[in-house]
This record gives sequence, structure tokens and C-alpha cells, in this order.
Amino acid sequence: MHLRDWFLLALIVVLVAFALWVDLASPAIAFWRAVPPLPENPSTEDLARHEELAHAIRSTTLHLGLDLQGGMQVILEAQLAAAGSGHLAPVPGPLTMPHLAEIALRSLAHGAQAMLTAVEAPVDLETARDIINDRVNALGVAEAVVQVQGDRRLVVELPGVEDPRQALAAMQNTGLLEFVDTRGDFPPAGTLISTTAGLTAEQIRAITWTRVYSTVLTGADLVRSEIHVIADKFTGQPEVTLGFNAAGAARFAEWTSRHVGDPLAIVLDKKVVDVPTIREPITSGRASISGGGIDLAEARRIALLLAYGALPTSFSVVENRTVGPTLGQDSINKSVVAGVIGIATVLIFMTLYYRLPGVLASTALCIYAVLIFAIYKLIPVTVTLPGIAGLLLSIGMAVDANILIFERMKEELRAGKALRPAIEAGFDRAWTSIIDSNLSTLLTCVILFVFGNSLGASIVKGFAITLFIGVLVSMFSAITVTRTLLRLAYALLGPWMARHSSLLLGVSLQR
Amino acid sequence: MLHLVRRRYLYFALTALIILPGLVAMVISTVRYGSPVRLSIDFTSGSFLEVEFERPVGAEEVRAVFEGQGLEVAAVQLTAGDRIAVVRTQFIDAPSKEAALAALRARFGNVTERRFDSVGPSISATVTRNAILAVAAAALVILGFITFAFRKVPHPFRYGLCAIAAMVHDILVTVGLFSLAGLLFGWEADTLFLSALLTVIGFSVQDTIVVYDRIRENTPRMRGLPFEDIVDHSLTQTLHRSLATHLNAMFVMVALLLFGGATIKQFILVMFVGLASGTYSSIFNAVPLLVVWENGEVPRFLRRVFLRA
Repeated sequence: MHLRDWFLLALIVVLVAFALWVDLASPAIAFWRAVPPLPENPSTEDLARHEELAHAIRSTTLHLGLDLQGGMQVILEAQLAAAGSGHLAPVPGPLTMPHLAEIALRSLAHGAQAMLTAVEAPVDLETARDIINDRVNALGVAEAVVQVQGDRRLVVELPGVEDPRQALAAMQNTGLLEFVDTRGDFPPAGTLISTTAGLTAEQIRAITWTRVYSTVLTGADLVRSEIHVIADKFTGQPEVTLGFNAAGAARFAEWTSRHVGDPLAIVLDKKVVDVPTIREPITSGRASISGGGIDLAEARRIALLLAYGALPTSFSVVENRTVGPTLGQDSINKSVVAGVIGIATVLIFMTLYYRLPGVLASTALCIYAVLIFAIYKLIPVTVTLPGIAGLLLSIGMAVDANILIFERMKEELRAGKALRPAIEAGFDRAWTSIIDSNLSTLLTCVILFVFGNSLGASIVKGFAITLFIGVLVSMFSAITVTRTLLRLAYALLGPWMARHSSLLLGVSLQR
Repeated sequence: MLHLVRRRYLYFALTALIILPGLVAMVISTVRYGSPVRLSIDFTSGSFLEVEFERPVGAEEVRAVFEGQGLEVAAVQLTAGDRIAVVRTQFIDAPSKEAALAALRARFGNVTERRFDSVGPSISATVTRNAILAVAAAALVILGFITFAFRKVPHPFRYGLCAIAAMVHDILVTVGLFSLAGLLFGWEADTLFLSALLTVIGFSVQDTIVVYDRIRENTPRMRGLPFEDIVDHSLTQTLHRSLATHLNAMFVMVALLLFGGATIKQFILVMFVGLASGTYSSIFNAVPLLVVWENGEVPRFLRRVFLRA
């Protein structure tokens, strides 16, 4: 054993110790049901607490795919306006923060205005993605994943969702747009506030931990066709116009008359968007929002928000999969049992067939399993049922590299080499075989991953990733761990091995 | 040394025999269902609802409820003592599903939804296209890889093509088996099946490369020998390893088949057959084909036939 080998051995020991710590430090599997569901009208503290708990669970346990922990996957496809250009151009960003105190809400002056931009034209999938992400998070789905796919689809994965109906509704419906009386406050954009919309007086009184602001009007009172982005005819600055229906207009007129100079927050899904100030009583039911450094991009964003309750277009559900949790738990249990049995058989076989090197290979295999598990936790890798199958398969194939080496060793021994050179030759000669053959599997994994990616099938992706990692680590374990162990065995037990070679190695060395 | 390559035409005949039932099944399947394997909703679009009832029900009753909702039912399967029903319909959205569930509850009492998959036509079109692309991409990548890895050997391109031929064999065996199972047991190919297929391709090539590697190593060392003998030496030397590796993979898969969860049984079976086929095709297809090519047996045979005539 050279110095280098002792160093490698030390490295392996440290690696295994670390991996064991990661593996045992926390429960392997914790379903999102462990996180208590959010109350009906979550406050900021509720959401923060929920996020903290979810994060704690997320960072220490194995990430389970939808098929194992239950949940739903939905693919939404944007319905582009038939008459529109149909191209999907992103809203130019980053959006500037308007100066809230300066945004004015004024009565819409009649007269010719230049239409700056149609509200319908571009569909910003990124914005839609963020909005839906916010909504599902507000539902209390801790590990929701919303991704843009292609140029018109969103893939939404919601693990542990108890009520798929509620989740779907939240995603597809227009958000709850409210105009809220903030009683003189200017909460910054993005703040979550509690409002009175949809609550009875009793429920409002029951909320004692935070302030409840009263909702003056909601998005239901808006008339969509009245929402435009225009240029002010004097300054050329962009403005957003809006109009209310009859009932809304009356209520608006009454409220603005009493609150000239006060702020009125525009709130979407409980998040503050903007807080313009009422400059004058608005009795016509039509108003404009301007000032505060609102540029064209911001104006368009506000207009979209008002017109569509934030989703820049309507989405239809083109794919919907829900899995009940019972299937998952059952499958996990069975697969774990099966895996243990399978691997135990492999270990027994290796020991019987390859004797002492087989025992070492079995040790290397156990180390391999420990390392893999730790990697899954650390990256983290989403484990699906085929992913587990892929892992177990890669363990079965991990022995392949070892087998290549041992067969080579036996050949060298039979050819008359001494023990030590035979060991080294075995590794050297088998090296190219191992690399080339595993490389082809790795390439296939890459193709599988790309394929899985392009249709949002996390199941295929999960399988590709677990197999890829499995093959990589198995190469490491066979080449580094097994070799170091063999060298160690030779250093400690060399003469004994040579004397009892037919028992310990399966090959007679006696001449 | 075993003289394996000597009987290569026997192996080719055997291969044809193995592939034949699968091919027949695929033809029947195409005639009956419009595609060589029965496709799940991932590829054809539609909806798939699995519900659990409190007491055994009849398939016809369940179908009647759905049709009463105006939904076209493709199939109803009952399992677990007629208490779990798997209903396959056209593509329905969530509200329709809820309405159907309500109707089922009205008719049968308490009903639990275990699983609901619904794939629209735009998605299934994408999936189908990507599936074909994935297989084609895998074939091309592997061909390129082998040609590159074995560039120092005379005619590396042949090695690649023979490996592809073995791969095609594996694909035919796997798809043929699945087609047969589709006809007999109603198995449907979904994205999971595709993953299994791609994995089989990957592993098949892995096996082939190990043998090629040995041939590459032996070629300069056994320069005087005819190619057939070099190949025989290489095969004999790697036989142990192929069988041992295969055996180990089998251990794991058999354990999963016997004790694993029901949902991946099809997947594991496909892998099982595919891996076995992979090992077989590496030894008895890829390498003999290579020998045939290197010896120039096909041109010789054609010349004999046409010159005699």
C-alpha cells in the first residue's frame, strides 16, 4: 500500500461517515401531510410558519415524486386570443417600483386618447408562472413546482394536495382582485394583507392576530372592456384606465367622495399590487391610474392584472393526473422489501462466486448504497417509483464493473502472474471496458432526461437521474473503493491469500 | 475455447424464431387497434379513472353511469374482487369527472377516487413525437459513440452498425412481447414503457461494447489468426462476465417482480426481458453479424447464387 492508497482509504472512510450522518440524521420519508394545512384565511405569520416547517422538511428528507407521495400534476395550455398576433413576447422587465405615494387615481377625462397598446397582445408565460406559483403556495401546497414548457404550456406539480378541486379552481380562475381601504397606510407592493372579502362579520372579528382591511370593491365589479393603457394627452405619460359596472360605479363614487386624498390599495390574491391615492371623487365609474413614475411596462402589467385578474390569458387544462397517497405508501414499502431481498441475493452470490474479492465487492456495494442515499438527500433528487427501480437496477449493474475486474484478475492469475501484479493488471485492463460500457448507459440516460424534460414527465426524468447517478457512483465505487479495499487486503493478508488462493480467490496459485 | 461463431447461421435462425411471434402480434395489433402496441392515454389522449367501491359492482353498471353522463367509455376493468374499477374514457376535464363521481355515488354509495389521469390531444401528440425522436436519437448517439470509441480498430463503422442491429433485435423483442401482452392481457404502453425501452437499449449496447472491447484488445495480440478465431477467443473470455452480470441484474429484478409494488410490475418485466435479450443479442447477433461482414460472406453468397444462375 502506497501513501496514496492510505490517503484514499482515509478519504473513503470520511466520505462514508459523512454519508451515514446525512442518511440517519433525519427521517427518510416525510409526507407533506406532516405539515398542518393552512387556515381558511392565512395571515402573514401563518404563511411564514408554514413555509418554515415545509422548508425544514424539504431540506432533510428524501424528495418523493408525485407517484409516491400522492398529489396531482396539471399541464395548462395558454388559449391565445384568436384574433391576436399569437406570438408570445415577454413583457420587458425588470418592472420598476412605482413611487406609491405619487400614484393618482383620477376620474377619466373624456376626449380622444391615444391607445398605447392593446391589453391582449403578448402573453407572458413567465408572469403566468409566477402568478400560479403564488396561488398554489397560498393554498398551502408546500412543494409546488410550476414550470414553463415550450412556448405555451405550464406544468404544475402539486404533491400532497388533499383537494384537487380547490387547487384546480385556484389555478384557473381569475385571481381575487380587490380594491381595499388601507386607512391611510401605504403597504409596499408584495405585502400580504388580510381583507374582509368573502368573510362574515363574525369571521372578521375572530381574526385577532393581524389587521383586517375592508374591501371596497372587487374585480367582479370591473368591466373588462374598459381597461386600457393610454397616453395622457398632455404629458404623454402612460396611464391605465378602468371602468366599473353600475353597482360598482355607485359604490366607488360614494367611497371616493368620502376619501379624497386617501390611498386605495389594489390587491390581488391578498398581495398588494399598487396603492394609488384618490385625487378626486370619481362619480362616472371610470377612472385612470397614473403618475408615480409608472412606465409603459408597469402600466401594461397593471392593466393585465385588472383585466384578467392577473393571468395574462386563460388557460385550459390539457393534462391532469392525480394519485391517491395510498398507492404510494404501499408501493414504497413493497419496493424497499424487494430491493433488500434482491441486493442480499447479489451479495450472497458475489461472496460465493468470487470468494474474498467478492466479500470486498459486497462491502463496496454497501458503501455504494450509503453514498447514493446521501446524494439523493443532498442534491436533492426527486425519487419516483421507477426511480427506485432504476436505483436497484444500478446496484445490480454496479457489480458489473467489479465482475469485469475480478474476471480479469482470475485470468491474470491463471496466466501465472503473482498476486500483487494480478490485482493491478486486473484493474488496469478492465478500466477501458468499464468506461466505454458505462458511458453508453450514461448517454442513454441523458437522452431519457431530455425526453422527460420536454414533456414535463417527472417520472421519466426521475428515472433518468437516478440511473445516471447510480452508474456514476458505481463506477467510482468499483474503481476506487474496491481497489483500495483489495490493496488493503493484500497489504494486511497478502501471504495468507496466496497460500489459500483456491479457497479465497477461486484460482490455484500453487505451482 | 468455445467455437461459438461457427454456428452463426443457426443463431440467426433462432433469432428469427424469437422475433416472429412478436412480429405477428404487432401485425395483429396494428390491424385491430391501429398501432403495433396498445397505447395508453399518454399517446392517444383520453382519461383514466380508478375508483374504489364499498361493495362489488358490475362493469356494465359502471359503464352505464358514465354513458348516462354523456361520456364515451372505451373500457371498464374490474379488479380486487370487483371492487376497484378502472374506467377509460375520452378526454374529460375535472368538472366532468366530478359530475361522473357524483353520479357513481348516487348509484353505488361511497366511492373513493384512487387515481385520475387525463391527457389532452395536444399533449399526447407531443409525447408521441418525442418518443420516436428519443429512440432515433439514442440509436444515432450510440452509433457515433461506438464508431468513435473503436476508431483504432479496422472498420469501426461496422462495429457500430452491428451493435445497432443487435439493438433493433432487442427493440423488436421487447415491443413484440409488449404487443403480445397487449393482445392477451390488455397491457398498454405508456411513458414508463418507453423509459424501460430506452434503458434496455442502453444496457444492450453496454453488453456489446464489453465484447467489442475484448476483440479490440485481442486483435493486435492474435494477428496471425483468422477473424473468426479472434472473435471466439474474445467471446469465450467474456462469457463468464456476461452471465455473472446478467445473473446479478436478474436477482434484483426477480425480487422486484415477486415482492415489489404492483404499479411497476409491467415496467420490471419489460426490463427483465429486455436485458435478457440484450445479453443474447450481444453474443449471438452483434458479433456473428460482424464476422459475416468481415468475412465478406454476403457478397460471396450472392456471387455464388448469381454466377451459378
